Amino acid sequence: MGDASMVEMSRDDLRRDLVEGTETAAQKGKIPPLDENELDYLEDMFACPSRIWGVERGHEAVMTKDGSVNTLCSSRLSSGVAAPIGREQAIRLFETAFAYDSMEVGHLDYSVKPCKFIATVEQEHMELLQHITILPLFYGFMPNLGLYYQPDGSFPNPSDLLPLGKIDEARKAQEEALEACREDTVWLSRQMVDVAADGINYDTVASTGDAEFLATLRACEEISATTDMAVEIGMAAELVLGFHGELKYDGTRLAGLWPHQQLKVVERAGAAIFGPVVNNNSKKSCPWNVARAVTFIKACTAEATIPIHPNVGNGVGGVPMFEVSPIDMVTRASAAMIEIGRADGL
Amino acid sequence: MGMAHALASSIGGIKTAGDLVARMQLKKMRLTEAKAYVAEKLGVGVVDLSDSTLMRSLREELDIGVVTAVPGVAKGLEAKARIADLLDIRINCVERLKCKMTKADNPAPQTAGLA
Repeated sequence: MGDASMVEMSRDDLRRDLVEGTETAAQKGKIPPLDENELDYLEDMFACPSRIWGVERGHEAVMTKDGSVNTLCSSRLSSGVAAPIGREQAIRLFETAFAYDSMEVGHLDYSVKPCKFIATVEQEHMELLQHITILPLFYGFMPNLGLYYQPDGSFPNPSDLLPLGKIDEARKAQEEALEACREDTVWLSRQMVDVAADGINYDTVASTGDAEFLATLRACEEISATTDMAVEIGMAAELVLGFHGELKYDGTRLAGLWPHQQLKVVERAGAAIFGPVVNNNSKKSCPWNVARAVTFIKACTAEATIPIHPNVGNGVGGVPMFEVSPIDMVTRASAAMIEIGRADGL
Repeated sequence: MGMAHALASSIGGIKTAGDLVARMQLKKMRLTEAKAYVAEKLGVGVVDLSDSTLMRSLREELDIGVVTAVPGVAKGLEAKARIADLLDIRINCVERLKCKMTKADNPAPQTAGLA
């Protein structure tokens, strides 16, 4: 199930959930559902008793990683094991022992606002790692506009203003806060340009809705146009919430965009890689969730001009919402994203 | 979690040619195009890019870094300088090294400027 609990299903139940999952995505996103051959692949995959599933030889894709090495160094908040090692050691382990295709340097406190105060430390880590590693290295952080609102930040909190009916005040606060967030995002990105990072990963984008998405797109546009550093934009959720409701990027209203629509503005902003998210329903089965997720991703990859790396962490992309997801499901969601979703990476 | 994805779907990093394909994706190449580009530069077939047996020997022969600890084989920045030549791309840290060696300013970006 979507909460990682075990369930037994008949072939008929399995097929029914796959069809319902893809049709749910098709209706929500106004996109094509999976065809019969694709549903057959998913049915065979889920019916197979094998513990581990994988892509066909030659279909392998590129792994990018958000959250840096938090799975090794952090605590349960990142499903981490608090391994007693430093970030340099952890990244070298990801390169050699785990054979990752790329890796990310990032801080445990992963938002731009806290990271900008320790930028020189972060630069030093990036510089050292560029000397000793071979794989492409991103620097990653979350724009996380929420930290700019009171009580954490200086701007009035829209979540306080909106219930009071202060719509104009809430919009003004978001417009001002997003500009501060954009400035910080550009500034920290430029610190990583100075130490020759290969890329920057704006992660969990639009977690606070359309204002955060706009701040990120504007930052991406500036960094992509003026530096040699590639920008990856990874989303927070499948739908951009309209906390503001009227913000536009390059003529496109941001509130209410689905992944394949988000892709279009991300491409226009100059990003090199897009990481769409499809949320899980923990009360539905894994076949339902995977079918729904790959339907959204297939709609992205069908039109993309840049690589698509869907998020496949806990609770997104068909992976169950649980701290230690079963490998049966992680590998199936992984392969389905590439074989059926046609993802360029994960 | 990350390991499960790597086992199920990854090209294989520096064990194979995963890092090289990833570098071409940073240039906005989609997967098929990036694999074809790297395969041509390496003189191998696309399916060979994830063949750890073939790539282990080829990487040592090309001296672009290998996954195991082998004394004398290019490490870190040395390997990336050779990869930049092999793939005919700019790698930011390699460009910076060149500037450090000539005491020049940091490299100017290739991009044309803010549109």
